[in-house]
Amino acid sequence: MNTHLAHHFDDADQQFDAARLGMWIFLATEIMFFGGMFVGYTIYRVNYPQAFAVGSSHLQLVAGTVNTAVLLLSSFTMALAVRCSQTNRRTGTVFLLAITLLLGVVFLGIKGFEYTEKFATHHVPGESFSLSEPHSSPVDPQHVELFFSFYFAMTGFHALHMIIGVALVTIAATQAWKKCFSAEYYTPVEITGLYWHFVDIVWVFLFPLLYLIR
Amino acid sequence: MDTSFRLFPEQASTAAEQVDRLYVFLLGVASFFTLLIFLLIVYFVIKYRHGARADRSQVSGNRYWILEITWSLIPLGLTMIMFGWGADLFFKVHQPPPDCIEINVLAKQWMWKIQHADGKQEINSLHIPVGKPVKLRMISQDVIHSFFVPSFRVKQDVLPGRYTTIWFQPTKTGRYHLFCAEYCGTSHSRMTGEIVVQQPAEYAQWLRGASSESPEAAGESLYDQFRCGTCHNNPTNPRCPPLDGIFGRMVRLEDGSTLQADEAYLRESILDPTAQVVAGYKPVMPTYKGQIGEEEVFQLIAYLKSLQPPQQRTPKSGPPPFETPNDTDQQP
Amino acid sequence: MSVAELPRRHYLNANYNIWSWLLTTDHKRIAILYMISLTLFFFVGGAAAILFRLELMTPQGDLLISETYNRLFTLHGVVMVFFFLIPSIPAVLGNFLVPMMIGARDMAFPRLNLLSWYLFMAGGILAIAAIVGGGVDTGWTFYTPYSTTYANSQVMAMAMGIFVAGFSSILTGMNFIVTTHTMRAPGMTWFRLPLFVWSHYATAVIMVLGTPVLAISLALIALERGLGVGIFDPKLGGDPLLFQHLFWFYSHPAVYIMVLPSMAVVSEIVPCFARKRIFGYSFIAFSSVAIAVLSFLVWGHHMFVSGQSVFAGMVFSFLSMLVAIPSAVKVFNWTATLHKGSISLETPMLYALGFIGLFTLGGLTGLFLATLAVDLHVHDTYFIVAHFHYIMVGGAVMGYLGGVHYWWPKMTGRLYPEWWGRVSAVVVFVGFNLTFFPQFVLGYLGMPRRYHVYPDEFQVLNVMSSAGASILGLGYLIPLVYLLWSLKYGKAAGPNPWNAKGVEWQTPSPPPTLNFDETPVVTEEAYAYPPLDESSAEGEPLEPVAN
Ligand code: HEA
Ligand code: HEA
Ligand code: HEC
Ligand code: CUA
Ligand SMILES: [Cu+2]
Repeated sequence: MNTHLAHHFDDADQQFDAARLGMWIFLATEIMFFGGMFVGYTIYRVNYPQAFAVGSSHLQLVAGTVNTAVLLLSSFTMALAVRCSQTNRRTGTVFLLAITLLLGVVFLGIKGFEYTEKFATHHVPGESFSLSEPHSSPVDPQHVELFFSFYFAMTGFHALHMIIGVALVTIAATQAWKKCFSAEYYTPVEITGLYWHFVDIVWVFLFPLLYLIR
Repeated sequence: MDTSFRLFPEQASTAAEQVDRLYVFLLGVASFFTLLIFLLIVYFVIKYRHGARADRSQVSGNRYWILEITWSLIPLGLTMIMFGWGADLFFKVHQPPPDCIEINVLAKQWMWKIQHADGKQEINSLHIPVGKPVKLRMISQDVIHSFFVPSFRVKQDVLPGRYTTIWFQPTKTGRYHLFCAEYCGTSHSRMTGEIVVQQPAEYAQWLRGASSESPEAAGESLYDQFRCGTCHNNPTNPRCPPLDGIFGRMVRLEDGSTLQADEAYLRESILDPTAQVVAGYKPVMPTYKGQIGEEEVFQLIAYLKSLQPPQQRTPKSGPPPFETPNDTDQQP
Repeated sequence: MSVAELPRRHYLNANYNIWSWLLTTDHKRIAILYMISLTLFFFVGGAAAILFRLELMTPQGDLLISETYNRLFTLHGVVMVFFFLIPSIPAVLGNFLVPMMIGARDMAFPRLNLLSWYLFMAGGILAIAAIVGGGVDTGWTFYTPYSTTYANSQVMAMAMGIFVAGFSSILTGMNFIVTTHTMRAPGMTWFRLPLFVWSHYATAVIMVLGTPVLAISLALIALERGLGVGIFDPKLGGDPLLFQHLFWFYSHPAVYIMVLPSMAVVSEIVPCFARKRIFGYSFIAFSSVAIAVLSFLVWGHHMFVSGQSVFAGMVFSFLSMLVAIPSAVKVFNWTATLHKGSISLETPMLYALGFIGLFTLGGLTGLFLATLAVDLHVHDTYFIVAHFHYIMVGGAVMGYLGGVHYWWPKMTGRLYPEWWGRVSAVVVFVGFNLTFFPQFVLGYLGMPRRYHVYPDEFQVLNVMSSAGASILGLGYLIPLVYLLWSLKYGKAAGPNPWNAKGVEWQTPSPPPTLNFDETPVVTEEAYAYPPLDESSAEGEPLEPVAN
């Protein structure tokens, strides 16, 4: 009998189904979680289109684009990792998970760099917020501040999810290293993969909404 | 104010009677179904109690479907009546008649400030004449409040940053409770006042009593103080739209849409001029947010409303003239 | 029944040390952990209610100052809703029974189940810390901009507490859905599931889809208060109504999180004590699903006078009317189940019938509120307070108590004193109506809610209400005493003291750690009570319980 089978399941299939369904449901809750912010964002964007465009123009398009590429690539390596674990290729799994991990860290690093820059230029909402716009600019700086509120709330929560994702990938990679998985049992890799793709997809929505609206 | 113990509130507005009629209908439906369920339970419990002799033969067949459908459709029908009736009345209660007395209301923690059209101000009380429709334009200076007069059966939240309106027509003289119905902090329960409904003659007399500066005059001095005139009254300056007859005019905006300049639009033009920019002008007007309080905005608006269109002098009380949206200069 | 004895080995005595409880993954033990914590919270919330009801005996604010009054009703609302009623039936009875009813050995994710209890406690402790550290005075609804800018109290801590507790709700919901999908015993098809499971499934869907929206709205409030990242602040051009939309998008479905599980309990109790198969099984099952779906579409009915457009008001009013239909279907089917049954009024049945009556009245007054023009008058008055207490206290809490009594023998292996049970049910019913019926009248008269001082003419009705509240409080103390008493002195119950149908009754009471000595195989529909003989006066006998 499989050593990974918990006492309350009848067989490995049942256990696997349960884990995967559970993860899908969890992702549904995540959609609702981010959905709340997306709705708020959309409403304000419709109300204050110019201000949001101005806010967006202060974001670093290059950093954002690079980050998008990094994440897409990491999703690809993640998918390969899952494939490898299904087909029992341990070194491949570990290697690919490690690359995914690395890409995740790079993403966070770039994000951190962007945040620092925002602090330096006083684009963080709050008391010290200021917008040094050329005088011809028609927008109310407070609405730009709203844009940055959304920017920080949305990318902040996304980054939090990335950090959790990085932790999960680390765990999966160590387990794979320790030969915990086989073609019969690779649930943690699969689950982590689902999560990772989801976080990636959220970014794919965030990127155009925040960076590309000028 | 009638402060004796009672089980049903006074009816003192035209809406009160209508709302109560609907309420009585609802009470009827609710009592009927509550009693029905209650009595059925009692009856079954007694008739079919454990150990009692009773016919317990089960009927099978389609009776079961018929029952389910009946007791879905009857409530559905009833709720649709409730919906239709309630929505119709709600719609009416939101449709002020054209000849309303207009009064400005400013809510703040924890008082009601009332500004009558001719500049009379009062705090936590509102004098109005019986039999005339009254429309309130309300805004809050801080958090959300709610204007509630139980005897009139009306209520409307008062929001910061946005005008909301409410209207009613009192039918009885007397004094009525005014409550703040939206929780607004420590002294929420003390943010109460009185509505004083008077005979028109009495009301007129009250209005004449020591009145402060009229809001138009106050608005005019604000207009000078904030130097609005440097731009707007400068015929040599084509960069600014003229404000004569602005109220009620159709305005074409930069984004191509047109709207009629109402109070909400004027307020926004002053506090947040870039939100809606008039077509053909650069958005160079500075924002006055933070410098001009809501009370002063009311006064500025009153002054702007009093400005007559240049070509055509109409009597002061008359309706503001309109430019039709199809005016030639509006064509693309 | 002859002398029943407790089984020698069961989940309660499998292991005694404290860690075996704190680290347990047994869904039954987790249910007990929840039950203990929820009872504590209930009495905290109730004590606050008693205090402010005392204050409301007089129109002046003579017992408490306004600050205290406001903190008390906020505490009452928050604790009762988030820390008592939402988890009550799902986390206690649902946790205990869903796996047993479908013949599973545990929940699909036992460790997440334990985690959910810890999250709940962490949230609870944060909430208590907020209360001890000065309290919160925003009302349970946290309306902006008051909560973000003006309130001078521990909003952050409280919001975080609810945020964290929300995740416990999400985990519970996930567990129900996955367990129901993947863990059913052989033969347990979807249409053999007890209605209890159906209702919990519907509840779980709401928990999983609704709670995150609450989480994000509270997180945004915390961000705005803590870091100035303001998106609701009207001073910045933010829209305070956006918060109300987000809040009610969760909190309206949440009211069905509170009531669907109670309906679940009633659907079990009524057939058992009528000795009859439930009437309209599939209609009750699907009405739960219909309620869950519709519940997401009606949130705007809390905002009819908030300044949202008249048109939006009409749409929400219309949809709110539709939610009433599945609820009505349930009430009629339960009543029809009594027809030609063989009814006995044990304590659980008294509570269940109480639920049906009070829920009906509470629900019908909900229709008053959904009727636009009437809501214009009664919004934010005591009419609302009465409406939701009829459903939440008269309905949901009664359902909870009924369920606790019904499954107490299963959970503890002991019988409680039946006579006292009936007394408590009657006291609660009477006290409840005395407390809350006058509030309907008060509300239509125009007394606003959250009022610490009020005009003199409302006093008589308020005194009645306060008197009722003390009777109600007493009614809740009685079960606390005799249930605890029965733990030690109650008679052994035997596996099936009510002679009920359902897989959970086929295993000893209390059940063994893995629920069943061998996996049950299901061969019949739920509620397969033997047909009552036409000529028989009796129906199948119900085992007498303790006298
Ligand atoms: C468990 C909790 C619960 C439940 C189940 C409900 C159920 C319903 N609620 Fe209630 N409600 C609350 C808890 C609940 N509510 C709370 C807490 C608030 C206030 C929040 C706050 O502001 O603090 C509130 C407020 C509230 C409002 C907002 C009022 C306001 O603030 O202005 C409205 C408005 O539409 C409303 C409507 C309804 C309706 C139509 C139902 C329906 O689902 C009811 C359906 C049931 C029935 C109709 C009864 C059964 C029917 C029959 C027996 C047959 C006869 C039927 C017909 C003739 C149709 N509720
Ligand atoms: C599940 C939810 C739930 C429950 C069970 C209750 C239970 C009770 N509620 Fe509450 N209530 C709410 C949810 C709930 N409430 C909510 C959401 C609000 C809105 C808050 C807001 O506006 O933000 C509210 C508001 C609210 C108000 C309005 C306050 C206001 O607007 O100013 C009132 C007033 O009477 C009230 C009364 C009561 C009473 C008397 C009980 C009783 O049923 C309580 C009975 C319990 C006990 C009494 C405890 C047990 C006994 C003891 C501790 C022993 C000592 C006592 C004696 C011996 C007498 N509640
Ligand atoms: C620096 C010049 C300037 C000053 C000072 C100024 N405005 Fe303006 N105003 C403008 C311009 C330019 C526009 C048109 C563009 C726009 O809509 O923003 C405008 C538009 C308006 C409008 C909308 C007019 C329409 O046709 O729809 C109103 C109302 C208004 N201003 C009121 C005021 C008031 C009241 C003040 C003083 C408190 C003021 N303005 C001060 C430049 C100014
Ligand atoms: Cu103002 Cu309540
Ligand atoms: Cu609701």
